[in-house]
Amino acid sequence: MFSRKIAAIAAFGLLGAPLAQAAEKPTDPQIAHIAYTAGTIDIEAAQQAIKKSKNSKVVGFANDMVRDHEAVNKQALDLVKKLKVTPQDNDTSQALTKAAASERGKLAKLSGAAFDKAYVENEIAYHKQVNGALETLLIPSASNAELKTLLETGLKIFQGHEQHAEHVAAELK
Amino acid sequence: MKIHPFAGFRRPLGCGLLAVVLAVAAAQAETIQVTIDKLVFSPKTINARVGDAIEWINRDILAHTATVKGGWDVMIPAGKSATLILEKAQSVEYYCRFHPNMKGRVIVTTP
Repeated sequence: MFSRKIAAIAAFGLLGAPLAQAAEKPTDPQIAHIAYTAGTIDIEAAQQAIKKSKNSKVVGFANDMVRDHEAVNKQALDLVKKLKVTPQDNDTSQALTKAAASERGKLAKLSGAAFDKAYVENEIAYHKQVNGALETLLIPSASNAELKTLLETGLKIFQGHEQHAEHVAAELK
Repeated sequence: MKIHPFAGFRRPLGCGLLAVVLAVAAAQAETIQVTIDKLVFSPKTINARVGDAIEWINRDILAHTATVKGGWDVMIPAGKSATLILEKAQSVEYYCRFHPNMKGRVIVTTP
């Protein structure tokens, strides 16, 4: 029940509303900012898990998230530099950051198995929502071909993370 | 430099012998390369014989693994390669532990 509640919060609070606000097609500088922000949020969530969790599988997963998202974000920064694009802050990025801070606040109050379960369930929901946004909004809106390719590879990576998180969730049960 | 009187004779013989040895070794065991690019194992399915090796070449910026449930687990760091020698006949599906949507298959037969 609790995990379903977290998933619902993630689905509607974290990304549903922010992305609904961005009904207008985002520009490339905005897309770059949203993608980078989404990665940073997952790195921060993972860092919290590395500090709080005592479960080796959860900590291992969190380390994998930090490593992958840092690598992807570095690639994104290299690309915007090459394209001479300045990522542009926008309502979606701000709403994502705000919702993530609130989620971290909720997770901060939990510990032990309750924290592990909530963190992993949120990772599943979060990646699902980011992947949905990539598929339906960010990739179709991207006009630069290299940015589009980066987002498409990102989608494959994050779909992998979603499945990885599902495996970890199954092991926690 | 002093040239050995038999150098001209001995060298071709030596090379020929080496070539024969290498040809025999190649027939006995091969290294099959699998490239990883943008989270895809390619070729997806490989046919090998016991004693052959698989070399995964990771062109991604991410670490991957080639993992068989209850079997081998090979770490393939970002931009690096890793090799596994196939020790028994089997047909197995493998995946990446970090990105389980990446899948491949190895069919190993007895030579």
